[in-house]
Amino acid sequence: MVWLWNNLGLVLSLTLEHARLSAVPIVVGFAASIPLGWLANRYRIARGILLPTGSILFTIPSIALFVSLPLVLGTKILDPTNVVVALTIYAVAIMVRGAADAFGSVSADVQLSATAIGNSPWTRFWSVQFPLAGPVLLANLRVVSVSTVSLLSVAALVGNGGLGYLFINGYQRDFPEEVLVGIIAILLLALLFDLVLVVVGRLLMPWERLRRRPSRLKPVHDSAVHDSAGAAL
Amino acid sequence: MNFLLEAFAYIVDPAHFFAPNTIGPRLVEHLAYTGLAMLIALMIAVPLGLAIGHTGRGRNVVIAVTSAARALPTFGFVLFVILFTGLGLWPLTLVLVVLAIPPVLAGAYSGLEAIDRETIDAARASGMSEWQILTRVEIPLALPLIVGGIRSATLQVIATATIAAYIGLGALGRYLIEGLALHKYELTIVGAILVTALALVVDGVLAIIQKLVVPRGVSRGTARLTSTTIRRSSRSSEATPTPITEG
Amino acid sequence: MIEFRSVAKRFPDGTIAVDDFSLVIPSRKTTVLVGSSGSGKTTLLRMINRMVDPSSGVIEIDGESILDRNPVALRRSIGYVMQNSGLLPHFKVVDNVATVPVLNGVPRKVARAQALELLDTVGLSRDLANRYPAELSGGQQQRVGVARGLAANPNILLMDEPFGAVDPIVRAELQQETIRLQRDLDKTVVFVTHDIDEAFLLGDQVVILEKGAKIAQLGTPGEILANPANEFVASFIGADRGKRRLIVDANVAPRGDDRVLVDAGGYPVGLIAAPDGRLATGSPSPKSRSISNKTDQAGDA
Repeated sequence: MVWLWNNLGLVLSLTLEHARLSAVPIVVGFAASIPLGWLANRYRIARGILLPTGSILFTIPSIALFVSLPLVLGTKILDPTNVVVALTIYAVAIMVRGAADAFGSVSADVQLSATAIGNSPWTRFWSVQFPLAGPVLLANLRVVSVSTVSLLSVAALVGNGGLGYLFINGYQRDFPEEVLVGIIAILLLALLFDLVLVVVGRLLMPWERLRRRPSRLKPVHDSAVHDSAGAAL
Repeated sequence: MNFLLEAFAYIVDPAHFFAPNTIGPRLVEHLAYTGLAMLIALMIAVPLGLAIGHTGRGRNVVIAVTSAARALPTFGFVLFVILFTGLGLWPLTLVLVVLAIPPVLAGAYSGLEAIDRETIDAARASGMSEWQILTRVEIPLALPLIVGGIRSATLQVIATATIAAYIGLGALGRYLIEGLALHKYELTIVGAILVTALALVVDGVLAIIQKLVVPRGVSRGTARLTSTTIRRSSRSSEATPTPITEG
Repeated sequence: MIEFRSVAKRFPDGTIAVDDFSLVIPSRKTTVLVGSSGSGKTTLLRMINRMVDPSSGVIEIDGESILDRNPVALRRSIGYVMQNSGLLPHFKVVDNVATVPVLNGVPRKVARAQALELLDTVGLSRDLANRYPAELSGGQQQRVGVARGLAANPNILLMDEPFGAVDPIVRAELQQETIRLQRDLDKTVVFVTHDIDEAFLLGDQVVILEKGAKIAQLGTPGEILANPANEFVASFIGADRGKRRLIVDANVAPRGDDRVLVDAGGYPVGLIAAPDGRLATGSPSPKSRSISNKTDQAGDA
C-alpha cells in the first residue's frame, strides 16, 4: 500500500474523473429511457423498433464502439466525448428495455381507477404510472450504474478510462498493486453510486418500505434485463 | 468515412484472410478461446445453478456473485491475473471462465426461480421424484432463461477476449490494439467491424435458439408472466444479469 | 381406511397447524374437512400423501403407517387435485392426465389411450386432448386435474379446495360431476373446503375444524344441521343467523300447493309443497350416498 499512499493525489483525481465520466451516461440514459420506454410499452410498433435496436446496440463490444464513434461523430479518437456517448448508448439500450418493463408492470386496474377519478393521461403518468414503475426503474438503473462505472475502465485503451489508467500503467510497469488499486477504487465507486441510488429511491418511494417481503421473491428481471444481450422478444 | 472504406477494402481483400495472422486464423482463434471458456463455464455453472434453483439453498450466494461480477472491471481483472500468472492460453481461459460463470449461474438459477411454485408442487404431489421434477418439469420450463444466461456469458467472453489482445494474445482484438498503437486507424476499424460482426452473429444464433427452446404450450407471454410481474424485488440486483462490462 | 392418531404438526416458524388430531376416514366415502383459513385442513390433507410430515402422531392407510412407505411411491398411489389444477404447462392435456401411469412404467401409448377414456369420465371432449392447459378454461383445467388424479386408479382421492378458483356456475357443475364420479367409482375421497354448503353437498362425513385442527363437530350433514354441537359450529353453519331454520312465509299467497319458505331472518330460500296445509315429508336418498350403482342399497349416510 506504499504506492497508494504515495500516489493518493493521482488516484483521487482519477476517481473524480471516473465519477464525472460515468455520471453523465447514467443520468442521460435514465432521462432518455423514460419517454422511450413509455412509448415502447404503449405502442407495439415502437416496442418492435426500440427494443431490437437497443438489443443490437448493446451487443456491440464496447471497445468497438469507443473506436468507431469518432467516425460517426467527427471527433478525434482521444476525445472523451466518444466515451461518454458510447456509454450513454449502452445506458439507454439497457434502460429502455427496463423502463418498458417497468411501465408494463404497473397494474392496469390502478391505472383504470386513476382515469376514472378524472386524471388526464399526463397527470396519470406523473402521479400514478411513473411512481409505481419506480421500483423496477430503480432496479434497472442500479444495473446501468454499476455497468457504466465498470465499463468506463475499458476506455483506458483510448486514453479516457478514468481509473482504467491505473490498469494500463500498472501493467506496463509490471506492478500488480497499482492494478489492484484501480479495481478496488472502481468497486468502491460503483458501490457509492449504488448507495446513492438506493437512498434516493427510499426517499422518493416511502411506500415501498411498507411492503411485506414474501420469503421467496420472484426476481424482477428475467426477460428484461436478463437477456441483457437484449433479446428483443 | 475514408477509414471506413479502407477498412472494408481491407476486409474483403482475400490476401487478408488465410495467411497467418490474418482475419481467418484470428477469427478461429477468437472462437476457440470463446468456445473453450464457455464449455468449461457451462460444465460448472449449469449444474450449480440448477442445484441452487431446485433446492432453493444458496440463493444468496448467487445474488452476491452476480452483483459482484457486474461491478468487477473485467479489463483490470484480466491484467491483474496475467501479471501473476504470465501470458498463456490457460491463464486467459481461467479469467474468461471466471467471467462467464456468473451470467450462466444467474440464468440457470432465475430460470428455475421463475417457475410457478404450484406447478412444482403438483408435480411432486403426483409422485415425481426430485430428479424427475428437475428433468421433466424444471429444466424444460427454465430453458429459455438458461439459454439467455449463456447468451450473456458468451458475449461477455467475446468482448473480453477482444481486449485480451492488449496483452499480446492474438485473435481479432489484435487489429484494434495494433491499429491504435501504430496510428493506423483503418486497422482499428477493421477490428471493430470484425468483432462487432462476430458478436452480432453469435448473439443472433443464440437468440434464435432461445426462441426455439420455449416449450410449446408455454407462450412467450405466459413464460414471462412470472417474470415481468408486478413483483419488483427490493433485492433487485439479484435478478438482473450481467451485461457486458468489458470490450 | 385412513386413520389419524394424535397427529400434530408444528412448523419451523412456530405455528402449530395441527394439535393432537385423531380421526378415522372410512373407505369408499367422501369425508369433507371444512373450516376457515388457519384451521389446518389443508395441512391435514397434505399429510396423507406425505407432502407434509407430521411432527408427532401416526397416520395409517389400511393399517400400515405411511411413514414407513417411500413418499414418491405413496404419492403415485394417491390421487391429488389442487385448487389451481397445477397442470404442467408444457405437457398436452393427454400427457398431463397420463403423468402418473407413465411414471409407473406404463407404455406411453397405452397410458394415452387410458387418458382419453378418463377425459370421457370427467366429461371432457376428446378434442381437448392435444391442447395445452393454457388453452383451456378454468373449469376445463380443473376437470383435467381430476382426471389426472384418477389416472392411476388410486383408492384414495385427495381434493384441496378444487373448485375455489372457478365461478359459481362452473363450480356447481363440477360439484355435481364429483357426486356422479363418486357414485360410479367408489373412491375414498378426502375433500377440503371452506364452504360449508359445499361440505354438506358433497360429504358423507363432515368434519368441522377450528384453529389447530381441533374438531368442533363430526357427523353427517343432517346430524350437524339438527344438532350443532356448540356456538362455533352454529355460527359456522349459519344457524345462529337463522339461515338454517326455515318457516313458511305467511305474507306470501300460496301458488297451488306451494308455499314460500324463508329463513329466520326473513330471506326467501325456496318453496315447499304443502297440500292441505301440511308440509310434505319424504325420505330423500341423496345420489352420492349409495354405495354403488350396481346395487340398490341406500348408503349409510
